[in-house]
Amino acid sequence: MASNEFTILAPGSPGVMGWAGRSGQLAGTGLGTQCVHGGAAPDPAYGAVAAPIYETSTFALLDICTSAGFEYTRSGNPTRARLEEAIALLEGGCGAICTSSGMSAVLAVISLLEHGSHVLCPMDCYGGTFRTLEHARRVHGLETTFLDMTDPEAVRAAIQPNTRLIWAETPSNPLLRLLDLAALARVAQRQDILLAVDNTFLSPVLQRPLDWGADLVFHSTTKYLNGHSDVVGGAVVAAQGRRDLLQRLATLNMSLGTSQSPHDCALVLRGLKTLHLRMRAHESNARALAGFLAAHPAVAKVNYPGLPGHPQHALALRQQTGFGAMLSFELKDGSPASVRKVLRALRWFTLAESLGGVESLVAQPASMSHASMTAEMRERIGIRDGLIRLSVGIEDQADLIEDLRQALES
Amino acid sequence: MKTGLSKETLVLHTGNEIDQQFGALSMPIYQVSTFLQDVHGNTKGYEYSRSGNPTRDALEKAFAVLEHGKRGLAFGSGLAAISAVFMCFSSGDHFIVSNVVYGGTFRLLTKILNRMGMTVSFVDTSDLGAVEAAVTPQTKAVFVETPTNPMMAVSDIRAIAAICRKGGFRLVVDNTFMTPYWQNPLLLGADIVVHSATKYLGGHSDVLAGLVVTATEELGEEVHFSQKAMGGVLGPQDSWLLMRGFKTLAVRMEQHERNANVLAQWLGTQPGIEKVFYPGLASHPQHRLAKEQAGGFGGMISFELVTPELAEHFLSRLKLISLAISLGGVESLICLPAKTTHASFPPELLRSLGINDRLVRFSVGIENVAELQEDIEQAMANQ
Repeated sequence: MASNEFTILAPGSPGVMGWAGRSGQLAGTGLGTQCVHGGAAPDPAYGAVAAPIYETSTFALLDICTSAGFEYTRSGNPTRARLEEAIALLEGGCGAICTSSGMSAVLAVISLLEHGSHVLCPMDCYGGTFRTLEHARRVHGLETTFLDMTDPEAVRAAIQPNTRLIWAETPSNPLLRLLDLAALARVAQRQDILLAVDNTFLSPVLQRPLDWGADLVFHSTTKYLNGHSDVVGGAVVAAQGRRDLLQRLATLNMSLGTSQSPHDCALVLRGLKTLHLRMRAHESNARALAGFLAAHPAVAKVNYPGLPGHPQHALALRQQTGFGAMLSFELKDGSPASVRKVLRALRWFTLAESLGGVESLVAQPASMSHASMTAEMRERIGIRDGLIRLSVGIEDQADLIEDLRQALES
Repeated sequence: MKTGLSKETLVLHTGNEIDQQFGALSMPIYQVSTFLQDVHGNTKGYEYSRSGNPTRDALEKAFAVLEHGKRGLAFGSGLAAISAVFMCFSSGDHFIVSNVVYGGTFRLLTKILNRMGMTVSFVDTSDLGAVEAAVTPQTKAVFVETPTNPMMAVSDIRAIAAICRKGGFRLVVDNTFMTPYWQNPLLLGADIVVHSATKYLGGHSDVLAGLVVTATEELGEEVHFSQKAMGGVLGPQDSWLLMRGFKTLAVRMEQHERNANVLAQWLGTQPGIEKVFYPGLASHPQHRLAKEQAGGFGGMISFELVTPELAEHFLSRLKLISLAISLGGVESLICLPAKTTHASFPPELLRSLGINDRLVRFSVGIENVAELQEDIEQAMANQ
């Protein structure tokens, strides 16, 4: 820096600045640093601070059977590779695949299994997962037992000789029941069964299932990871010791054609940069709202693991680093007219499917996310018509509480 | 929109975020150049994307709400926004401008607008007497950057607005460093606010954009004419990305500032660092004013090292903090203003303003603050 003259080097020239050594040190850094810098090494060509979007279908080969690592975007794309690196870093895995929706990530996971395999799945799993597993029963010969997995002993008892996968969702949607991941991992390990955990509700900021012994972590990145309600996407992360699974998942993503577009990958990567701040704001609002609802006379019951009265509050404290921002509650008057009145009166909570965006959303699970379940199954699980689910956004806390108050008292 | 809404809620719900046709929670991107008309020239409000585009319009309306103004206008860069504002004036008009202004604004005024017969006096706008003394019969506007880049001097917006009202000329404030989250110049009496939205408003170092908000509809019409006539508009895709940035403005600005407050205090205790410029420090000459006119002190810090050699050693050894121009992104950036952002200033002027080759400008990111400290410590060591 002896003069004001800038030197222009050829694109791709190695940098001499300290940032060049950054990538090797990311694994040991704190969460906030990982959110900002995961998959975000300065572009080696020109040093662009934001990752370039490689909006291309194919790549010019450098020679016969020679590439710089990418040949065709369905099988691999530099922008998607950055997102996969970032999500794997945050979850503490050896690698990840990113898919065009959460459901296509579910498809990739169940496609790991041979025809005739048996799966254990929580009976209150996400409605879309339920539908896909039921479809796989007919089409792929996959047999699924839906059961209450809060008791690890019941899970052990349900294992059959052909059981190959335990699918866990914790906290569950929409009742916020927790599963003991360490206990499930012990059951799975003893029998050589894969444990896959849907971590959509908490994100790696609040829970890292691989640390508890899971083999795979699943995400609908549509939700908190992207966080802005503007991308549909999914991801599967493989544990450190499971490079074999990662390789098979990557092949499946390529073969099934489920890989995520470069542009959407860039948007999710952008979302990850504020994940730590968003989760903090989401959770602090959710805690306040849960407390408010629990004390409100029109509310019969609040499902939120952060409340001391939640039956698995102690497990939440042990297994999670926070309680998240999803909660559900039941109105004392659960009649259709009463539910409709509350839903219509809300101003800042938008009635919409999905969750995990910066804006607060409200849903009636019985008529929306869990409509693909039979009424009888919903009743068995406890999803009543008067149950309202909130995805608490990052608006001002007082505005949200006031909104709930006026809607409940309307 | 309901007034008095808290700023955390306002950044998410300006009333422009939901698609009117299908209820999409994210504003559609109208990637289109032109719009159908009937034979009489009737349209549904848009005829050509340079004069108006639904996505850009949503951004402009949302931002006008955030800055508490009447009209928002979006441009392809911060300098396009500033140019469009100055182009509302005429040959022979005189401006009073902060002496430590962004280098690009300085270049615009001294290399381009001067050729059009506009004249400028650069004064220390943190000194109200200096502002008043610079007024001439031709003065048409005062242009203030506060805090200044990179010296972090704070100007009294309310007091300068009073001078402007008395003299019958406009007050333009560059609010890039603070954003409407911390500072609302229009509420303090300014007529026009300009932004390089590339910085905190976009916030992710992936969009180049500029924004203008005016206090009145009439001024908005003037700037819109200049936008339409000169054509420096922002594209629909970038307009959408910018709105996406607004959604996390509250959480980002809070974290930027939390980190900057910790680092500003701490940097002052480090060997090898001579001086720290940050309005949040009690020792800052305009600390009280900054506290009074803004809700926070922001995420920009400048500091002076003891020697130019140490500055060079320090910058080249940083690992987490990247040496790059620009600021306001989630990732920490650092630069030497004398060689980069302010290189368009004559050397003797730089010296007189205190922008020397030991002065480092630090855009504090939202990383873990302890790791930023560690990075700085290791880069200062082993001389």
